[in-house]
Amino acid sequence: MKVLLDIQALKTPRGIVATIVVLLCGLMPIIAPAIGESFYVDVFARTMIWAIAAVSLNLIMGYGGMISFGHAAFFGIGAYTIGILAFHGVTSAWVQWPVALILSALVGLVFGAISLRTKGVYFIMITLALAQMLYFLSVSAQRYGSDDGLTINDRSDFGIGFFNLDDDLTLYYLIFAVLLLCVYVSWRIVNSPFGMVVRGAKSNDNRMQALGYPTTRYKLTAFVIAGVMCGMAGVLDANLEEFVSPDALNWPRSGEMIFMVVLGGMGSLFGPVTGAVVFWLLQDFLANWRGFIGDHWAIIFGPFLILVVLFARGGIHGLVDRLFSRKGGAQ
Amino acid sequence: MTGVQDPLASMLSAESLIKNFGGIVATDSLSFDVAQGEIHAIIGPNGAGKTTLISQLSGTLMPDGGQIRFDGSDITRMTAPQRARRGLARSFQITSIFKDFSALDNVVLAIQAHRGHSFRFWRPVVDDLSLRDPARAVLEEVGLGARADVLAGNLAHGEQRQLEIAMAIASEPKMLLLDEPMAGMGPEESERMTAYLRSIKGRYTMLLVEHDMDAVFALADTITVLVYGRAIASGPPDTIRANAEVRAAYLGED
Repeated sequence: MKVLLDIQALKTPRGIVATIVVLLCGLMPIIAPAIGESFYVDVFARTMIWAIAAVSLNLIMGYGGMISFGHAAFFGIGAYTIGILAFHGVTSAWVQWPVALILSALVGLVFGAISLRTKGVYFIMITLALAQMLYFLSVSAQRYGSDDGLTINDRSDFGIGFFNLDDDLTLYYLIFAVLLLCVYVSWRIVNSPFGMVVRGAKSNDNRMQALGYPTTRYKLTAFVIAGVMCGMAGVLDANLEEFVSPDALNWPRSGEMIFMVVLGGMGSLFGPVTGAVVFWLLQDFLANWRGFIGDHWAIIFGPFLILVVLFARGGIHGLVDRLFSRKGGAQ
Repeated sequence: MTGVQDPLASMLSAESLIKNFGGIVATDSLSFDVAQGEIHAIIGPNGAGKTTLISQLSGTLMPDGGQIRFDGSDITRMTAPQRARRGLARSFQITSIFKDFSALDNVVLAIQAHRGHSFRFWRPVVDDLSLRDPARAVLEEVGLGARADVLAGNLAHGEQRQLEIAMAIASEPKMLLLDEPMAGMGPEESERMTAYLRSIKGRYTMLLVEHDMDAVFALADTITVLVYGRAIASGPPDTIRANAEVRAAYLGED
């Protein structure tokens, strides 16, 4: 059993990796200026937002076996809600944020109810199709910038003097706090009676039904929770970038989320966070390389992802477990 | 088959059950009664429609015609989870457990299913002794007490079969549908399972589908012989053993 806040758990190899990642995120506003690379604060803010999205996807994909290829839809809904409300002059966070999260939940309910009628590759295709519907809707919304996107002039306003998101550092630590909260909430959910049912349904849906669980209801609820969490990531992203475009909910974004989850370790609580950090840092590192590699960084990045998928089952966290565990793993 | 039975004494009854797969009749106007507390065995050659029958009784397959009554109510159109929550538990011919859960957690899940809904999101199951203590007791009872913390996927085949039964009885059901509980077991394991089933006889009404004839004749109060989806005979073991038609269709082959 994973126990996040247990000191013993932090001494395990994956606990150490998680601790390093948390420290890196938490201290980046100090580290980055110290090494003269201040832009890393921005990189990490963005990375943490994607980590939130990946954590939410992991909840249904890693623990529920629901491989959604349309998770970016929720990210887009969160971001566009902020953008569109701000466009119409509504900047109060107390209005914007609940609206964004409720919309995410409603869309999650509808998308989930439709896609959970199917399994396997059909589930993947339907989630993709539903998300692309929203993408084309955003492209066709000329009033809100269509392809060019929508610039957001004002960040969400909480109306609290000392808590002002216009201050980049405040926003940074808000993102950091939301990320930790999402991991904590996931941890509670995964080990709760509800989480046991969702994991059981992933392991053996027929048996769960034979035991008396109407599994679809539980999976749908998990789908909605993950949608709300990912909507939250979109809300934060709109505030950070002060911009939202249809790219936010296009399918490559959903694919990247899946990659982050697989890279970090599907079904491990902190894995997606590690996955997001490595995903963005490596991409950033390769793209800034001078010469051939910098120009064609995807030539390195692509095979790297393939190798991780092929040889590191359980992602980085699984790999770390195997490398440093004296017992030699589960089997 | 026929004969007037006290309706109160019947735990499960099927009436004119029909199931077709394309042109093949898998269940052919099948009727039978399982009396409260008895072990009712269904035997028949491969392809007789035994598993199809269990699937219809447990709710994973809907019959094309006929009626199923369980514990006084019509359950013909109920889903599998609804039937399970009413106390109709089943085990599977092909071991169906949660391989990446510990043996204990497998049983915990079975018990949790009968504790109201599971839309409880916060308190860890690990801390819930009201689930774990009874789960341990069930494992103890089927002889898996020492293996509680082993991943179910790492248990030996015979142990997995025991776990399969443990999950079926964990919820204290009114009736068990046992789909070949001895499948793939060695003679010694089969004997142990037979002894165990005999020890819980009377506690649960049981419908037993099984190929192991020694076990069937040792356990059953009533035996129904199924051939091509039809019951060709039904009665106490002695009658079935003596039945010429049954010998020709089935027992004679051995």
